[in-house]
Amino acid sequence: MAVTTYILGIVTAALVLLVVIELLRRRHLRERHAIWWLIAGVFALIIGIFPVTLEWAAKLLGIEVPTNLVFFVSIAILFLVCLQHSSELTKLESKTRALAERLAILELEVGESARRDDSAN
Amino acid sequence: MPPRHARTLIVMPAFNEAASVGDVVREVLAKVPGVEVLVVDDGSKDATSRVAREAGALVATLPFNLGVGGAMQVGFKYALENGFDNVVQVDADGQHDPANVPILLAALAEADIVLGARFAGEGDYAVRGPRRWAMVSLAVILSRVAHTKLTDTTSGFKASGPKAVALFAEHYPAEYLGDTIESLVIAARAGQVIRQVPVAMRERAGGVPSHNPFKAAAYLGRAGIALVFALMRPASTYFVGER
Repeated sequence: MAVTTYILGIVTAALVLLVVIELLRRRHLRERHAIWWLIAGVFALIIGIFPVTLEWAAKLLGIEVPTNLVFFVSIAILFLVCLQHSSELTKLESKTRALAERLAILELEVGESARRDDSAN
Repeated sequence: MPPRHARTLIVMPAFNEAASVGDVVREVLAKVPGVEVLVVDDGSKDATSRVAREAGALVATLPFNLGVGGAMQVGFKYALENGFDNVVQVDADGQHDPANVPILLAALAEADIVLGARFAGEGDYAVRGPRRWAMVSLAVILSRVAHTKLTDTTSGFKASGPKAVALFAEHYPAEYLGDTIESLVIAARAGQVIRQVPVAMRERAGGVPSHNPFKAAAYLGRAGIALVFALMRPASTYFVGER
């Protein structure tokens, strides 16, 4: 493997980790959403620094071309993150719905009590 | 003597129904004495809220469109918090005859939920083709789930008694077809008694039922999914009250 490729792998992984950590630090990302990206970044960094770990893991799982293991794990993580986002979206929608319903009822009750006050005076 | 239906709330989900909602509200107030009408404006862009208020209804306005499920849940919550025993859902497009409301309410004496059914002998409402097959198979399955004979499970003309109001104020599905299919499954699984009474439906003010086979197939598929998942949900989903 060429030295440039080796360095490119390490730099990319480090950059991913740096961005995730910075987003966490500024509270632009909550820990529960960041966990998958952190895991992915750490894996990428380990493999970037020690490519033998990838070859060892691929052999252990019976995968002939080690890069295929990288693709497999990447797609699996992306899939899980996507699923988690769909689930979070559903939760947010039901919360928004509950708020909208409550707002409609409160607005109605405020209007009604104002009308009662008017007719009492 | 208090008015006959003083503890009944008519809930009318309305989405862009300014043209018909005023007449329907006035007709309900005239034909069902003493009843309170709550129009839930489901994020309409037109004058639905104003027209309904001028016709003498209470109006709850949702800030954006939630669908019939969300609008109905507003009605159930309002009923529960303001001491109404029964909720009757009536469509704002005028296809339900308010004269039938007392019939539904009378049937609530022996049931928690009463459906006004279109195919039970009254009226001349007809649906053909795949959409009819979908509705018939739904009716067969839901009849088994509810332990009673149901012929028109997608009817929007429904009366709910106190137990059903308490259940639906907490658990009313917002999904597509949730307000019809899943709400019946929820009630049946919570041990509530469901009955249907035959009612005649009038022509809808606008629009005709779709006979497009692809749309009918999509409808059947989505109805099937709604039904299967409603039956698969954990029972704890339908727990009512404080935990």
